[in-house]
Amino acid sequence: MKARVFAWLLLAALAAPVRADDTMPPAPYAYRQLADPRAEAKAEALMETLRCLVCQSQSIADSDAPIAGDMRNQVRLRIARGEDPEEIRAWLVQRYGDYVTYAPRMTRLTWPLFAAPLGLLALAAVLLRRRFTGGRAA
Amino acid sequence: MLAEFGLAALWLAAALAALQLLGGAMAVRDPDNALGAAVRPVAVVQGLLVAIAFAALVALFGQTDLSVKLVAENSHSAKPLIYKLAGTWGNHEGSMLLWVTVMGLAGGFVALVERRLPEATMRATLAGQAFVSLGFYGFLLFASNPFARLSPPPAEGQGLNPLLQDPGLAFHPPTLYLGYVGLSIAFSFAIGALVTREVGPAFARTMRPWVLGAWIFLTLGITAGSYWAYYDLGWGGWWFWDPVENASLMPWLAATALLHSCSVLAARNALRAWTVMLGVVAFSMSMIGTFLVRSGILTSVHAFAVDPRRGTFILALLAINIGSALVLFALRAATVTEGERFAVTSREGALVFNNVMLSSILGIVLIGTLYPLFTEAFGEKVSVGPPYFNPMTAIFVVPMLLVLAVGPLLRWRRDRLARVQLSLLPPLVVSAGALVAVLALGVRPGLPMVGLVLAPGLAVASMMPLRGRHLRRLPLAVWGMVVAHAGIAVALFGMACDSAFSTEKLVAAHIGDVVAVGPWQVTLSGIEPVAGANWTALEGELLVRYEGGDAIRMTPQARSFWAPPQNTTVSALHTRWNGQLYTVLGEETEDGRWQLRLWWKPFVPLIWGGGFLVALGGVLALAGRVLADLRRIVVRDKIAWRRLRQGRRA
Repeated sequence: MKARVFAWLLLAALAAPVRADDTMPPAPYAYRQLADPRAEAKAEALMETLRCLVCQSQSIADSDAPIAGDMRNQVRLRIARGEDPEEIRAWLVQRYGDYVTYAPRMTRLTWPLFAAPLGLLALAAVLLRRRFTGGRAA
Repeated sequence: MLAEFGLAALWLAAALAALQLLGGAMAVRDPDNALGAAVRPVAVVQGLLVAIAFAALVALFGQTDLSVKLVAENSHSAKPLIYKLAGTWGNHEGSMLLWVTVMGLAGGFVALVERRLPEATMRATLAGQAFVSLGFYGFLLFASNPFARLSPPPAEGQGLNPLLQDPGLAFHPPTLYLGYVGLSIAFSFAIGALVTREVGPAFARTMRPWVLGAWIFLTLGITAGSYWAYYDLGWGGWWFWDPVENASLMPWLAATALLHSCSVLAARNALRAWTVMLGVVAFSMSMIGTFLVRSGILTSVHAFAVDPRRGTFILALLAINIGSALVLFALRAATVTEGERFAVTSREGALVFNNVMLSSILGIVLIGTLYPLFTEAFGEKVSVGPPYFNPMTAIFVVPMLLVLAVGPLLRWRRDRLARVQLSLLPPLVVSAGALVAVLALGVRPGLPMVGLVLAPGLAVASMMPLRGRHLRRLPLAVWGMVVAHAGIAVALFGMACDSAFSTEKLVAAHIGDVVAVGPWQVTLSGIEPVAGANWTALEGELLVRYEGGDAIRMTPQARSFWAPPQNTTVSALHTRWNGQLYTVLGEETEDGRWQLRLWWKPFVPLIWGGGFLVALGGVLALAGRVLADLRRIVVRDKIAWRRLRQGRRA
């Protein structure tokens, strides 16, 4: 019995270094929430729209990657300091590029993305109009 | 030996697909061609052969034959048997083989049982099915042979991604594939009908059960996949607008639209060209989804370059299949008239409106998913995520839900809203009540609030078609519609509740600490090491109490797999009627405390409950249609038999 417990403890100890080298420079707010629930809610809303840079496609709010933890820490600290969420987003975009935000900015290259719903609405209107006016005529 | 046997079966199946295409094409030109009569049997044998090839691969994975390259790269002898078998489709080659297997079996099944359409249309349909299959056979045999050997065989395999070693995910891909590939039948029917110019109610009635079947599997696959992402990734999210998720959502949207336009065509002989078009679009979305997922182009254009041959091959297939279908459509569209007319306020009118809304949502998802690829070609990486998809799809979802509440109450052809206003009163009252409740609870304005107000009204509205009907004599298909529409309302309510009311707690706790999250008190009572077949883990023991009630034991784990070496978290969930407590064990901090992530998510299981209701509605509708068809066949045979006897007597 004792030997088995010992074996498990040994295994756990062997597993420990794997987990330990994930720790980057201390990021106290990577896994800690802000004390003020309103500030925390603001931070969470922002974190959910920022992309983890090393994961397949997860927001920094949904990632165990060290860099995501670091970014969560940054976001929480800056929100606590009273910065505006969009300012923080802009700062991160400046640092990491447009890839980091899930909310695409309207630029020279991305405007069709925002025109798309309008185009689809127009197309839908034309399709429906044609069908229904045709229906009335018959 | 088994690998060579499987490869031989695959080659034979491919050869038969070529024969099936040839026979079908000859039969279209000359109905008396002898090869035409061979099309059905060839389709059946082709399906059997490709199934044998797939069974051979499953067997190779089952016995972990490391001399097969695919097995060595994706399996490991220490894996539990179920994940060895599931490993068959957990990789590129195996999943493509599963794809053609489902296609072959579906084609064979259609060839065996479907007798309602004119024989010429059936042969053209099976030729279409063979045409698409041939492309995928070529892809397997020339660019991704699943049976390739490895010499010398390695001592041990490389293992399967631990995230995929989960019962939910073992069966998620086959379910989705049944849906994806089931839509190939709709595609082939559309091709067959276009070639022989037989687009009418009979075509719609024949196609409908196949579309329904594929749609049920897609619904189940998406629902299960979403639940998997929810509990396996360990962060409590259930939909990420991830390109892989979108790849499964797009065929579902198209299939949903197709299903409804099929009903209009079957009942009213209207929307002919539109239905054929959707049949082509639905399977095209399946292929685009497969291309996006399988080519690896999604995460980055650079991943595409790892094996450009494969990506190019699928892209070429995609272009040939969709391109030729669209050319055929363009050539024949002029001869396919739209059919019967109808007024705006009519069942058809509502169905057309929602068809257009579904197609628009499909458009948004397609553009949003592909756009990052486009900008990357210009050297700029952007991300398109929830902040784009949520509001943009809502533009179309909200009107669609409103029409969904009214549409089923309307009569075919022409109706007045005044006639149904009494039935609309209860849903309106319920939604108004929900609005008051939501305002009283202090929910902030936004999409979750819209969902919370709409969902209860929609749930009531979806029941309204039952009003004044004799419930026991109501056709199963109508029950199916009611259940599926109610399922949409249930899922919507779950989604809105999750967004509006979830509470999250991240803490570092000493053993013995008590943490409050929502109405729960969570005590960390211990950490124990545990082990499984191919992993070790630290298991946290949590004692949780709901509003001071009895303690319930929960055991989230932090697992370390050794082949391949990877750490994952295994969340522990406790479900009550009014929500789910979600717990995750994180890492140990330097001062000996343990990271805990806790969520209280009110009514969140309704998301998947609603998804299953939608699928159940599909099952009821399918059962109703198939039973009605069988009854018709029995009656027809009886009449024929009686005539025969009377003829003899006379």
